[in-house]
Amino acid sequence: MATKPAKKSAAPKNPLKRDDNERLLTGWGRTAPSMAHVVKPGSIDELRDLVAKAGERGILARGLGRSYGDAAQAGGGTVLDMSAFDSIDLDTVHGTVTAGSGVSIDSLLKTLVPAGYFVPVTPGTRMVTVGGAIAADVHGKNHHVEGSFGSHVHALDLVTGHGRVEDLAPTRKAEHFWATIGGMGLTGVVTKATFDLIPITSSLISVNTVRCPDLDSVMASMVENDDTYRYSVAWIDSVSPSGRGVITRGDHAPSAQLDAQQALDPLAYEPKVVATAPPFIPSGLLNKFTVRAFNEAWFRKAPKSRQGELQPIGEFFHPLDGVQEWNRVYGPGGFIQYQFVVPDSAGYLIDYALKRLREVGAPSFLTVLKRFGAANPAPLSFPQPGWTLAADVPARVDGLGAVLDEIDGLVAASGGRLYFAKDSRQSPEMVAQTYPRLAEWQGVRDEMDPRGIFTSDLARRLSL
Amino acid sequence: MMDALGEPQSVLVLGGSSEIALETVKALPRNRLRRVLLAGRPNAARHAAVESLTALGIIGVEAIDFDAKDTASHGGVIDGVFDAGDIDLVILAFGVLGDQDAAEADPSLAVDVATTNYTGAVSVGLHVARRLRKQGHGALVVLSSVAADRARRANYVYGSTKAGLDAFAQGLGDALHGSGASVLVVRPGFVRTRMTAGMPEAPMTTNPQDVAEIIVKALRKGKETVYAPGPLMYVMGVMKNLPRPVFRKISEKQG
Repeated sequence: MATKPAKKSAAPKNPLKRDDNERLLTGWGRTAPSMAHVVKPGSIDELRDLVAKAGERGILARGLGRSYGDAAQAGGGTVLDMSAFDSIDLDTVHGTVTAGSGVSIDSLLKTLVPAGYFVPVTPGTRMVTVGGAIAADVHGKNHHVEGSFGSHVHALDLVTGHGRVEDLAPTRKAEHFWATIGGMGLTGVVTKATFDLIPITSSLISVNTVRCPDLDSVMASMVENDDTYRYSVAWIDSVSPSGRGVITRGDHAPSAQLDAQQALDPLAYEPKVVATAPPFIPSGLLNKFTVRAFNEAWFRKAPKSRQGELQPIGEFFHPLDGVQEWNRVYGPGGFIQYQFVVPDSAGYLIDYALKRLREVGAPSFLTVLKRFGAANPAPLSFPQPGWTLAADVPARVDGLGAVLDEIDGLVAASGGRLYFAKDSRQSPEMVAQTYPRLAEWQGVRDEMDPRGIFTSDLARRLSL
Repeated sequence: MMDALGEPQSVLVLGGSSEIALETVKALPRNRLRRVLLAGRPNAARHAAVESLTALGIIGVEAIDFDAKDTASHGGVIDGVFDAGDIDLVILAFGVLGDQDAAEADPSLAVDVATTNYTGAVSVGLHVARRLRKQGHGALVVLSSVAADRARRANYVYGSTKAGLDAFAQGLGDALHGSGASVLVVRPGFVRTRMTAGMPEAPMTTNPQDVAEIIVKALRKGKETVYAPGPLMYVMGVMKNLPRPVFRKISEKQG
């Protein structure tokens, strides 16, 4: 081989050339990709250095990319892979854990469950990081009684736009703390957090299941009985005009409830991945017929009523984690998850939204209804008392945008709003209207990030 | 930012009074559209274009000065636009047909066509590409022509500029592939516009609205090349491979 030609030192850098660390990023819905420089800081000092050097396209921490829309991407900017922040320190005296922001609930559970603890809140997937759980202030099946993730955080370390590490708590710099809870990563980079745990004596969940013939009976049952359960959620058949559904409720099973076999190892925890979605799926696979068949099967599978069934954690909390990369079933067009909350007084919007989605021909694969309890003090936290509905729909449905805008309008008028971690299409005006404390939050954010370096595609799209 | 449903928030039209580009802006989903920049020389057509989009209720329509032939100014114009905010969609739509007869008599007229259609487009196209790469997302639509597929006796100066532009746009699309930024090459056939007014219509003639709809659909599907109307792809597939004497005969008949 001939020797390499000498480099032309004077030539300007080719702006179209790719850097080695550039990655095309999307959210879990696989829509609206953008390119960013992905960098993995190995220490707090490296992280502070990256923040100090952040350019005009900004910087943002990303966890496991489970936000559905564009919350964890920053086109042209620096996106931080926080996986090196992976420490887990369990404090059995206080029943708390201090975990690095890059730690997933998946790995936390592998440590905590055998030691007799559970996370205070888990969303429908365990593939979220502690940093992501704080940024989105995630909620789980226990929101109606125990609130969202941020309500259980005692302290967190945050690298702000000044490049300083701030030690925040609900009692220390409370404004900065609550601006960070649900702040979508826009106040800085969380490096670690300390939060409460739930003590458990078994790794099984005692589950009561009830099948309801229509939406009214689902909602009536939830209003009447939810408060007596720690965990509760309803799955709704979005294809059937009746809105029939299956409610599952439960709590951690006391070890006394286990049979002899289970009692041998009451805290055993082995979540299983049963399948991986194939890498390429034709876009027509998910259609009205397959979605109808799926919903029918899901409804039939549930017993009319069953008490005290013991289910593993994964089956009860994270059923979709059993199929890796299930988001690919929507094909190359991707999908959106539409999730809103409305006050009890606007519960009728659940039925109306499902009806409009059926009319526009947007088959929702999986539709989940849940009751929220009290909100926390975070200005951008999504949950507030009432009903929350989440529906998965393919992004490429003609007329979908107009229908969702119409529902948005009704949600806003009722005092409800959409969830940033799921959003990929609402308007900036909708946000300004439905998050009345946005300006207050922006004031605190500007103080924490005076150069405006923390940004995301979501922040740009919604003028946060 | 373009959202998950393909709704853009900002559009830049280079050749701000192009009928196809204006129809494309009108055909875009506009629920999120807040900034539409029509770049061109200050004239009545540009003014009318701003008025017509604003009259439809489109928010933030603005004219900016841009001269395709003044390549030295391109960098500044494009930087100014992108510095003020991300652009989700750029439509490169300027171009002139020229007068083939006159150009054969006066080559400077041919240079004029080449400078606008090719040189100007290469210059501004690269500046746009640089900024799309920097922001990490965005689409560039380049209006080529079926004339790019095979030059005809009647308008080969124009055809050659489109052939050059088409090759450039394809290469640029390859350079940007996988970068979050993309290029869509559009090859319309005969379109009823000011540029073709008074000319005999060819088979498969369309209106700017038809081309616009095809462009919007192609953007949504993430296509890289599209003909307007679509079946022209097959016609041109044949045309490109006809022996010269046969093609000469056909194009003579068409005039």
